Amino acid sequence: MFNVRKLAWVGFAFMLTGTALVAVMIILNEASVLYTFYPPLAAHPFFYVGLVLLVLGIWACCFGVFINYSHWRKAHRGQPTPLLAFFAMGVFVLWFFASIGITIEVLTLIPWSMGLVETTNVMVGRTLFWWFGHSLVNIWYLVAASVWYVVVPKLIGGRHFNEKLIKLVVILLVILNIPGGFHHQIVDPGISLSIKYLHVFMSLAIAVPSLMTAFAMFAVFERAGRRLGGKGLLGWLKKLPWGDVRFLAPMIAMIAFIPGGAGGIVNTSNQLNQVIHNTLWVVGHFHVTVGMSVVMTFFGICYWLVPYLAKRRLTAKMNRLGVIQTIIWTVGMVLMAGSQHAAGLLGDPRRTSFTTYGDHSTALSWIPYEYVMGMGAVLLLIGVLIQVYAVFHMMFFAPKGETEFPVAEAEDGAAPAPMWTERWGLWIVLLLMVVAMAYVVPIMDFILNAPPGSPPIKTW
Amino acid sequence: MHRLEEIWITLSVGLLLVFMLIIGYQTFALGMGPPSHKETIDPQEVDETEPFDDPGVKETGDNEYEIVMTMQAFQFTPGDIEIPAGAEVTFTLATKDVTHGFQVAGTNINAMVMPGHVQKITHTFDEPGEFLILCNEYCGIGHQMMSTTITVT
Ligand code: HEM
Ligand SMILES: [Cu+2]
Ligand SMILES: [Cu+2]
Repeated sequence: MFNVRKLAWVGFAFMLTGTALVAVMIILNEASVLYTFYPPLAAHPFFYVGLVLLVLGIWACCFGVFINYSHWRKAHRGQPTPLLAFFAMGVFVLWFFASIGITIEVLTLIPWSMGLVETTNVMVGRTLFWWFGHSLVNIWYLVAASVWYVVVPKLIGGRHFNEKLIKLVVILLVILNIPGGFHHQIVDPGISLSIKYLHVFMSLAIAVPSLMTAFAMFAVFERAGRRLGGKGLLGWLKKLPWGDVRFLAPMIAMIAFIPGGAGGIVNTSNQLNQVIHNTLWVVGHFHVTVGMSVVMTFFGICYWLVPYLAKRRLTAKMNRLGVIQTIIWTVGMVLMAGSQHAAGLLGDPRRTSFTTYGDHSTALSWIPYEYVMGMGAVLLLIGVLIQVYAVFHMMFFAPKGETEFPVAEAEDGAAPAPMWTERWGLWIVLLLMVVAMAYVVPIMDFILNAPPGSPPIKTW
Repeated sequence: MHRLEEIWITLSVGLLLVFMLIIGYQTFALGMGPPSHKETIDPQEVDETEPFDDPGVKETGDNEYEIVMTMQAFQFTPGDIEIPAGAEVTFTLATKDVTHGFQVAGTNINAMVMPGHVQKITHTFDEPGEFLILCNEYCGIGHQMMSTTITVT
């Protein structure tokens, strides 16, 4: 498996170089186009070149995972893949197909930003961006969910949920995901109401596997809690290891996905989207979903993965620091996201530096919420400093020792997942069919009925 | 599958179908669909193209107005608009440069305005007051200054 390891390092090098190039262009003020880089805002060509390198690095890692997966399947005929490997396959299949949209966009923007091509089609660019942009957030989510399903049950002394359901959730999230991109374009011109309505359906369909996840997780907790002697309707809750940061952080992350997912359903409902689109509400939404559900899960992982990799131990003291960090982060995020949701409903726009719009009374009414946001931000800064300290400490200074990599087992006598769940060829065909259903009509429409294109414009 | 699992999945899917029905009813029966105008324009010739060659407030009927407006970094033309209370106003919007977002704070007016596409959005202003019009899509160095007002008297 030497070649795969090498591939991963090559991918890492590409990603690092690409990121550095992009960051340098931004710092030089040659690429103040934000992460969506909607044309006709035009960055320096090197900005787009950096993005190409980033994608090439991602692809190298994708192929590494695909090769590993097929090696394993060949060596273990007739056996279902271990759950974490199955999640990895789902994540990287999604990465690969998600990145195709943005690759096409970026490749067309390079000659345009260099002046070799005069104009570009902005609607096609924006649509290809969200093909990627939406799938990206679900890639993070799927990684977090792998921990919820496979690691957390082990930490609480329980077993993982029915393997078939878990694999089904992964498959559904991969197949149904990409068309969600259109829910970022609900108030765009040039897309008919019927197409937008079709996409409400396609977006809501993604909520189904998430609702299944919610069920499965609480079932796992209840079973583990009862096994530990929890009584009554909610007595099992008390039996969970709340003082263990490895559990506490992902648990709060999971709970945060309840308002996060509900907020997502609000965002995707056409009429409600018109109320909140491009306001701070959206920023609040992704502080809950990314900042809590995803990032807090990753924080929690650090407390066993880093000692595991560094051949060290998680000390009781470090665990206590982790619990404090988790609480600071939670309070910070609640203040931040709560005030952003509220300010957004009052109309406060996102992606806008501080302004009172000439002391307009409406804009002045947002300021108290912005104070709360500031308080949240201070706590989050403290939280992040503690986290960075904790990671460095566990990597280089914690006492030597063995740390286990927690992977939950199936319930006794549980049936393994049926082998049809491993038919990735079929899942990819279905994914492509769903993408075709969602994208062929609108993109053909944008191209065939295109207005004259836009030249590159620099407004900063 | 467990009985409880079946109930949960049925409830989940059922709930989402109810959502679909409500959203569909609002969109197609009540005419509350999101702004989705389909009409193109040469983004480099906006000032020369009707109706944007003559931006401004036009009375189109009994307390009905069309406001033809162009957007560019970092201003709205026309600005400081006045209309009577109860007016049904249709904004007809086009951008002369990059993508902008058209929002009137305190109302449900919220639409993307993209180069090459004419966007339309309609709203009835029942309450008198001075409303803040702002750009809610990052458009460059002066984005936070891109605003004007609409006064309902
Ligand atoms: C862990 C899961 C999720 C993550 C990480 C996530 C993340 C994000 C992010 C980063 C944005 C902002 C994108 C931008 O820059 O405009 C966003 C917006 C949005 N999200 Fe989520 N989200 C999640 C779950 C959901 C779900 C479940 C739904 C719907 C079913 C949803 C629907 C939306 C919509 C419609 C918007 C766009 C709002 C707008 O700008 O008009 N999200 N999400
Ligand atoms: Cu999305
Ligand atoms: Cu702007």
